Amino acid sequence: MAGTALRRRLTWQVAKVAAVAVETASVRTITLDVPDWPGHQAGQHLDIRLTGEDGYVAERSYSIASAPGEPIAITVERLDDGEVSPYLTDELRAGDDLELRGPIGGYFVWEPGDGGPLLLLAGGSGVVPLRSIIRHRERTGSSVPVRLLYSSRTLDEVIYRQELDQAAAGVEVLYTLTRHQPPGWAGYTRRVDAALLAEVAWPVGESPLVYACGPTSFVEAVSQDLVRSGYPPERVKTERFGATGGT
Amino acid sequence: MEAVDGNAIGGLLHEVFGTDMTAVASVCGGCGADRPVAELAVYAHAPGTVVRCPSCDSVLMVFVKVHDRVCVDLLGLAALG
Repeated sequence: MAGTALRRRLTWQVAKVAAVAVETASVRTITLDVPDWPGHQAGQHLDIRLTGEDGYVAERSYSIASAPGEPIAITVERLDDGEVSPYLTDELRAGDDLELRGPIGGYFVWEPGDGGPLLLLAGGSGVVPLRSIIRHRERTGSSVPVRLLYSSRTLDEVIYRQELDQAAAGVEVLYTLTRHQPPGWAGYTRRVDAALLAEVAWPVGESPLVYACGPTSFVEAVSQDLVRSGYPPERVKTERFGATGGT
Repeated sequence: MEAVDGNAIGGLLHEVFGTDMTAVASVCGGCGADRPVAELAVYAHAPGTVVRCPSCDSVLMVFVKVHDRVCVDLLGLAALG
């Protein structure tokens, strides 16, 4: 099935916005009705294309937030100097049209057969494809143990917090709040470094599988630390967003 | 501008090669480093996209979009796939 999906021609199509939900002050989840969707894998993304009245075209990639089989949703963080995200988070309404193509990507994907235990490392909105993986695990009845380490500047900026706090058995969620912590905060308070990873990461002997997603500097740091501590590079899958903040 | 990685140009690569390329292996023509396309460093300045080796910074691939055509330069690669 995956092979069929991969050989499929990737064409632009017009989807309709079904709903826009507020996640945090700057983050929205946009649920889409996509007429021609062949199904996706957890961890994949799609491309959005906006065309201005003057013909100017801007394209951006967004991770798919929903699990395979669920309505297609993307979660978008507003970047103040962005060309695309402010339109998606501030202007878009249910019933609007949105041009997209997807699903895209065969590398940063997880299927239950890939095993684990899973170590999921999120920097800011890098949590989005990892949420799809967590939901996919639950929907497929997989018992693979999951540990999510989520780095955010503040608690208010944590996306999917309620859902993550109620995660299924076998899913452990750890936060590190790097800029501001609420009174009585018992979680981590520093940037993810080698020492923090040593506390959180599964022992190498358990053959863990790592998915790290976030700003480039975050992903570079955590993946290099893990490989230095003995994780095989091919078991550390990475996706880098660039310079966007939030960790 | 900070680099993203090969995942971000999965759509462009699919457009050019007709299939997903992010999980495909690449070998740098400069230093011989071997890694999946998803792990390459990507500098996307529309209309051009430059893909570099994260190990030695060699330019591996360049894509330039002109109207509906994509011009492709793969000369920096020793192997792809």
